[in-house]
Amino acid sequence: MPMLSSSQVQSRAVRMRRHALRMVHAANASHVGAGFSIADLLAVLYGGVLRVDPRNPRDPNRDRLILSKGHAAATLYAALEGAGFLTVADLESYGQDGAILAGHVSHHVPGVEFSTGSLGHGLPLGCGVALAGRSASPDLPPTHRAFVVMGDGEQDEGSVWEAALFAAHHRLDNLIALVDRNRLQGLGDTEAVLKLEPLADKWRAFGWAVAEADGHDIPRMQSLLSRLPLAPGQPSVIILHTVKGKGVSFMERTVAWHYRSPNAEQLAQALDEVGQGHSSGPEEAP
Amino acid sequence: MRHAFFRTLETLAAADPNLWLLTGDVGYSVVEPFAAAHPGRFLNTGIAEQNMAGVAAGLARCGHRVFTYSIANFPTLRCLEQIRNDICYHNLPVCIVSVGGGFCYGAQGYTHHGLEDLAVMRCLPHMTVVAPGDPVETRLALQAIARLDGPAYLRLGKAGEPLVHAADPPDFALGRALTLRQGRDGCLLATGGLLAPTVQLADELHREFGVSPRVLSLPTLKPLDHEAIRAAARETPILVTLEEHSSIGGLGSAVAEVLAQMGNVPPLRLFAAPDALTPAVGGQEWMRHRHGAPAAFVRRALAEAGVIPPSAPSA
Repeated sequence: MPMLSSSQVQSRAVRMRRHALRMVHAANASHVGAGFSIADLLAVLYGGVLRVDPRNPRDPNRDRLILSKGHAAATLYAALEGAGFLTVADLESYGQDGAILAGHVSHHVPGVEFSTGSLGHGLPLGCGVALAGRSASPDLPPTHRAFVVMGDGEQDEGSVWEAALFAAHHRLDNLIALVDRNRLQGLGDTEAVLKLEPLADKWRAFGWAVAEADGHDIPRMQSLLSRLPLAPGQPSVIILHTVKGKGVSFMERTVAWHYRSPNAEQLAQALDEVGQGHSSGPEEAP
Repeated sequence: MRHAFFRTLETLAAADPNLWLLTGDVGYSVVEPFAAAHPGRFLNTGIAEQNMAGVAAGLARCGHRVFTYSIANFPTLRCLEQIRNDICYHNLPVCIVSVGGGFCYGAQGYTHHGLEDLAVMRCLPHMTVVAPGDPVETRLALQAIARLDGPAYLRLGKAGEPLVHAADPPDFALGRALTLRQGRDGCLLATGGLLAPTVQLADELHREFGVSPRVLSLPTLKPLDHEAIRAAARETPILVTLEEHSSIGGLGSAVAEVLAQMGNVPPLRLFAAPDALTPAVGGQEWMRHRHGAPAAFVRRALAEAGVIPPSAPSA
C-alpha cells in the first residue's frame, strides 16, 4: 500500500473519528476517549506504514499490528474500514447483539491479528511475532514486522517489562512499540496513580531505541515510522504524546470520557467538532 | 516421564522444522540435547512465564508449533490469562508442559505442589488436557499432541516412573481410556502417577480375593472418554477414581459430571487431595498417604460395595 499524503491521512482520521462516534453512540459503548488519542496514529499506520493488503489478508509476510489497548476497538475498526478490510455496514454492527465487532478487539474481525482487551498481553505477542519474522540469516531482512500499540496506563503491567527485557535481549529490531502517552488511566493521572516518569529513560535502560513525538502530528509520525527501526539491532519504542479524547472539546483530557457514551446532542456536537472528512474513498484518489 | 518427553520431543523436532521449545529457565541437564540439536528453535525465555506464554502465542499465530516448559504451577497458573486469552482464544498449537505434577515436589512445599492445574486447564475452551501415567503414555500422548491444531496441556511427573504398559497399547488415542485390567468387580480409574500403584493394587486384590476390578487409565482428562465411564457405570458396582490432584475439578469431578447425567448409577469414590492445607510436608509417597493410603481407600470402597469381604485387612 503506497504512503498516503499527510492530508489524505488527516481526512482519513477525521472519517475514523466520525465513524467511531456513531458506533459508540449506537452501541451505548464506552472508551471513545481512549480511541481518539490513537486515531491519528492508526490513520498513519494504515495509511501506508503497515505492509498489509485487504486483498491478501493472510500473506505470511504481512506486518502485524497488535492493539494491546484493546478497549480502543471502535477506532481500530474504523481504521480497518478506511484500509479496506471492513465495510461501513460492518461498522454499524459494532456492539450489537450477535456482532463479531466486540467492544474489545476480536481476531474474528477481518484485518485483526490478535484479540486483546486485558492489558499487558500485546508486547509478549509482538515478541513472538517478531521472532517468527526473523530470517534464518542475519544478513537478510526480517520477513515481517510487529507493531504493538500500548496505553500508558498499561505500562503498569509487569508483563510489559518481561517482554521489554526479552525483545532487547534477542535484538528484535522488527518489533516496534507505540505508547499512547495520554497521561490518563482508569482513575486519574498516570503520575498520580503509579508514577511512570521518566518513561523514556526506563525504555532506554531496558535496551530499546527510543523516540518521542506528538501523537497528533501526522507528518512527523509518517516521517518517524517510515524510517524503522530507529536503530539496527534494537527494538524500537515511540512514545506518542497525545490528548485523550482528541478532537472533541468536552472529551479532551477527561477521565469521564473513558467511560461515557455520547447522547444524541453530544454526538451532534462531537461530529461537528471533529470535522467533515470525506464521505467515502476520495482520499485514495491520486 | 521427563526423559520420555524429551526423547520424543527431540524426534518430533527433527521431523518438524516449525517446532519450538521455550523454557522458563527450567530443565537443567535435560533441555541441553534439544538446545544443541535445534539452537534456532530453543529459547530460554527467562523467569518470566507471562512473556513465555505470549511469545509462544505470537510464534504459533505465525505458523509455528510451540512447547512451553516449566515446573508445577509456573507454566500454568502464573500465566493463566495469557493461556486463556492468547493461546486458547486464538486456538493455537501451543502445548504447555508442566513437569512435577501433583506431589512430585512434595517436600518442597505447597508452592511446588501441582494440585489445581487439571481443574483449571480443563475448563479452558479448546484445551486438550493430558496427564500420562507412565513413559509409554507420555511418548504416545506427545506424538498425538504434535498433530493437534489447537492448544494442549501436558502434565508430567518427574523421572523414574515405572513402566506400566509392557508394550504400546494399540488403541491409544487422545480422548480414549485405556483398559489395563478387564473385570467387573468395581472399576478403578486412574490418571497420572497413580496409575502404577492402581494396577499393582488390582493385581493384589485378584491374588487375595480372586476378584477382578476393571482398571482404566485416563491419560486424557479432556476430551474425556465418556463411553468408557458410562460402560463402567453400567457394568460394575462401584467406581473409584485415583489422582494426585485436588478433589475439586480433576478426574473425580470429571467422572462425576458424566455419572450425574446418567440415571441409576453405582457409587463413586474419589481418592484425591483434600481441599485443605497442612503445614507438614514430605516426599511424594508421604504426601500421597498423608490422609490415608490409596490402597486402603480402594479396599474400603470395594468392601462397602460388597466386592471384597468387609473385614478385609488393609495391606
